[in-house]
Amino acid sequence: MKRIVIRSLAALLVAVPALAGLPQGPAPSFSLPSRAGGTVSLAQFRGQVVMINFWASWCGPCRQEMPLLDDIYKHYSKLGFSLIGVNVEPDSKSAEQWLKQTPVSFPILFDTQSVVSKLYGVPGMPTSVFIDRKGNVRLIHQSYRPGDENEYLNEIRALVRE
Amino acid sequence: MQLRPSAFTAPHPRARRAATTVARLALLVLLVAGLYSAPTRTAVLPEDEVDYSTSQYVGGGQVIDGKTWLLRKSIGDKVSVEYSHLTDVVSGASIDVMLYASPYVEQRTQDSLNLEYLSGKTTYSVGFTHSYEPDYRSNTANFSISEDMFGDLTTVTMSFRRTWNDVYKMECAMHSASGECEDKIHDPDFGEKTMDERSYAVGLTQILTRNSILSVNDEIITDMGWLSNPYRDIIYLDPTSGRGFSTGPETDPSTRTSNAIGGDYKYYLPYRAAIDAQYRYYFDTWGIHASTAQLGYTQPWRKWIFDVTGRYYTQTHASFYNNAFAYADEQNFESRNRELSTYHSHSVGAGATYEFKIPHVSWIQKSTANIRYDRIWIDYEDFNDALLVNTGNGITIENAPLYSVDLRIYQFFISLWF
Amino acid sequence: MRPLRVCCALVLAASAVALAGCSSMQPWVKPYEREHLADTIMSFDREPVASMFTDHVYEVRNAARGATGAAGGGCGCN
Repeated sequence: MKRIVIRSLAALLVAVPALAGLPQGPAPSFSLPSRAGGTVSLAQFRGQVVMINFWASWCGPCRQEMPLLDDIYKHYSKLGFSLIGVNVEPDSKSAEQWLKQTPVSFPILFDTQSVVSKLYGVPGMPTSVFIDRKGNVRLIHQSYRPGDENEYLNEIRALVRE
Repeated sequence: MQLRPSAFTAPHPRARRAATTVARLALLVLLVAGLYSAPTRTAVLPEDEVDYSTSQYVGGGQVIDGKTWLLRKSIGDKVSVEYSHLTDVVSGASIDVMLYASPYVEQRTQDSLNLEYLSGKTTYSVGFTHSYEPDYRSNTANFSISEDMFGDLTTVTMSFRRTWNDVYKMECAMHSASGECEDKIHDPDFGEKTMDERSYAVGLTQILTRNSILSVNDEIITDMGWLSNPYRDIIYLDPTSGRGFSTGPETDPSTRTSNAIGGDYKYYLPYRAAIDAQYRYYFDTWGIHASTAQLGYTQPWRKWIFDVTGRYYTQTHASFYNNAFAYADEQNFESRNRELSTYHSHSVGAGATYEFKIPHVSWIQKSTANIRYDRIWIDYEDFNDALLVNTGNGITIENAPLYSVDLRIYQFFISLWF
Repeated sequence: MRPLRVCCALVLAASAVALAGCSSMQPWVKPYEREHLADTIMSFDREPVASMFTDHVYEVRNAARGATGAAGGGCGCN
C-alpha cells in the first residue's frame, strides 16, 4: 500500500507540466478596429519595437498600469517604439467610459470577438507581449505588480538598441 | 449577553481523528498542487477600504444597537491588514430572562485584526479576535490557506480556528429604591467557567462557465467545557407549585461536535443581474439536524444596486431538550434552551447600495452608502410561552401557546475605497 | 493498513495523478472571458460589514453553525 503511494508521488514529481502554447518565433499577424477609427494591423508596425498590452476595464491591475504604459509610450515612441493596447471585452462600452476618465495616447484596439486573445493564447490579465523590429516575439510578461514597469523598460531599451 | 451562542456537545474521538486525517490530506493535496502554479502568476490582494456601519436588532423583547468600524489597507503588494472594532449595546430582556429576572442594559466590544499574505497563487491568512462583555470573554485565533488552481478557475481553501471562552454569571450587588439593579458583579458561587472551540473547514470554489460559479464548504466544529447558559433554567412539572411547574438549572453535555456542509451557486443573468442559491445541511452529536436554504436576487440600476433575499431554516431539537420535564432530574442532561428546540424560521431581506462621488477628494476611488433590512420569523414547535401560563384559566406549561418571535434588523453603512 | 487508511491513500494518489494531468489542462473560461464573474454583483460577499452582523444574529438564534464562507471567483487577474 505504502509503495503505491510513494510511486504515485514519485511519478508526480517527475512529470513536468507543459506551459500552454504561447507563441514563440514570428508574432501572429492580425488587424482590429481602432478606437481612433479605422482598422489597425500589426504589419503596419514592422521595423518598430512593439509592445502589445492585453487589458480589460474590469481588471484592477490592468487599470493600475495604464498610466505607466502611457508614460513609457510617450518616452520611447520617438526611438521607434510602439505600444498597442488590445481591449479584450466583448462589449466595449465600459472600456470607452474608463478611457474617457483616464485617457491614454497610445492606440487602443477592440478585440470584441476574442480572435487576437485566442491567437496569442492570452494566459492571464494583463499580459504584455514584446515584439522586436523583425516581428518576432521576444518576451511575454504575465500580470502586473507595482515595479513590473522596470522590467518593461529593460526589455524595451534592449530591443530598441538592436 | 443574550446573543451568546449556545453550547455544544462532545466530540466523538473517531470524529476528531477523521477530521484531522481529512485536514492533513487536503493540506498535502494543496501543497502538491502548489508545485504546479506558474511562478510569475499571482492572486490579487483585497482592496483597501474603510467602512462604518450602524445596525439595530429589534425583537423578542430586546433591542441591540451595534456600531462597527472596519479598515483594510495593503502594505506593499504582498500584505493586506484588516482591523475592525465593533460595539453592541443590548437592552431589554428576552422571554428567557423575563421568566426569571428583570430587563438589563449591557455592552459588548469586539476587536479583530487579520493579516493576509500573498505568495504566487497562495494566500495565507492569520487573524485574532477579542470579544468582551461583562459576563463573557472570548479570544479567537484563526489561520487559513487559499490557493488558486487550474487557470484560476478553482480555489481551494483550508481554515482552522481556535477559540478560548471565559464564562461568568452576573448578579446584582445593590438594588436602588425602585428595585432596579445599581451594581452588577460576577456571581462568586458561579465563579469562572471555560469553554474551548476548534473549527476545521475546507472549501472549494469552482468557476463553471463564464456566467456561473459554485462554492462548496464543509466545516467541523468541536466544543469542550462548560457549554450551558448561566441564565437559562429548565422547567419541570410540579403540582405543588402555583404555576404548575418549577425551575431548575440547565445541564448540557460538556462536549459537542458538529458538521455542516453547504453550497453557494451564483449565476449571471444576461441583462446584468445575479441570482444566488444557497443550501446547507447541519448535524451534530447533540442530535440536532438543521437545513438552511436561501435564494437571492441582485439587480443593479444606474448608480444603484438592489438585492432581495429569502431564507428558510428548520431544525430538530437536541436529544436532551424538553419544554417541560416530568420531574426534576428526569435526565442527566436537561435543557429548555429554545435555540436547541424544534422550529422553523423564514426570513426576508432587502438592501440598496448607492454609489456616489466625493468632490475634490481624488484619493477616494469609490464610495457607497448602503441600507439593509432583514425580517426574521421564528416559529417554535416545542417551546411554549411560559409567560402565558395561567393555571386559573387552565393554561399549563404543557398546553400554553407555542412561542414565536418576529425580529427586525436595520442596517446603514458607508464604504470608501481608496 | 486499515480500510479507511487504504481508501484515503488511494484517493490521495488518484488526485495527485489527476493533478499532474490537469496542470496542462486548458481553462475552459479564458481570462479575457471573466468579465461577468469579475462584476461586483457576482461576488459572494459584497457587503462584509452587513453580513457580519446578520450572520452573527443567525449564529446565535440558530443551532446550526459553520460552512458559510466562500473564497474565489473574481477577475482572475494576474
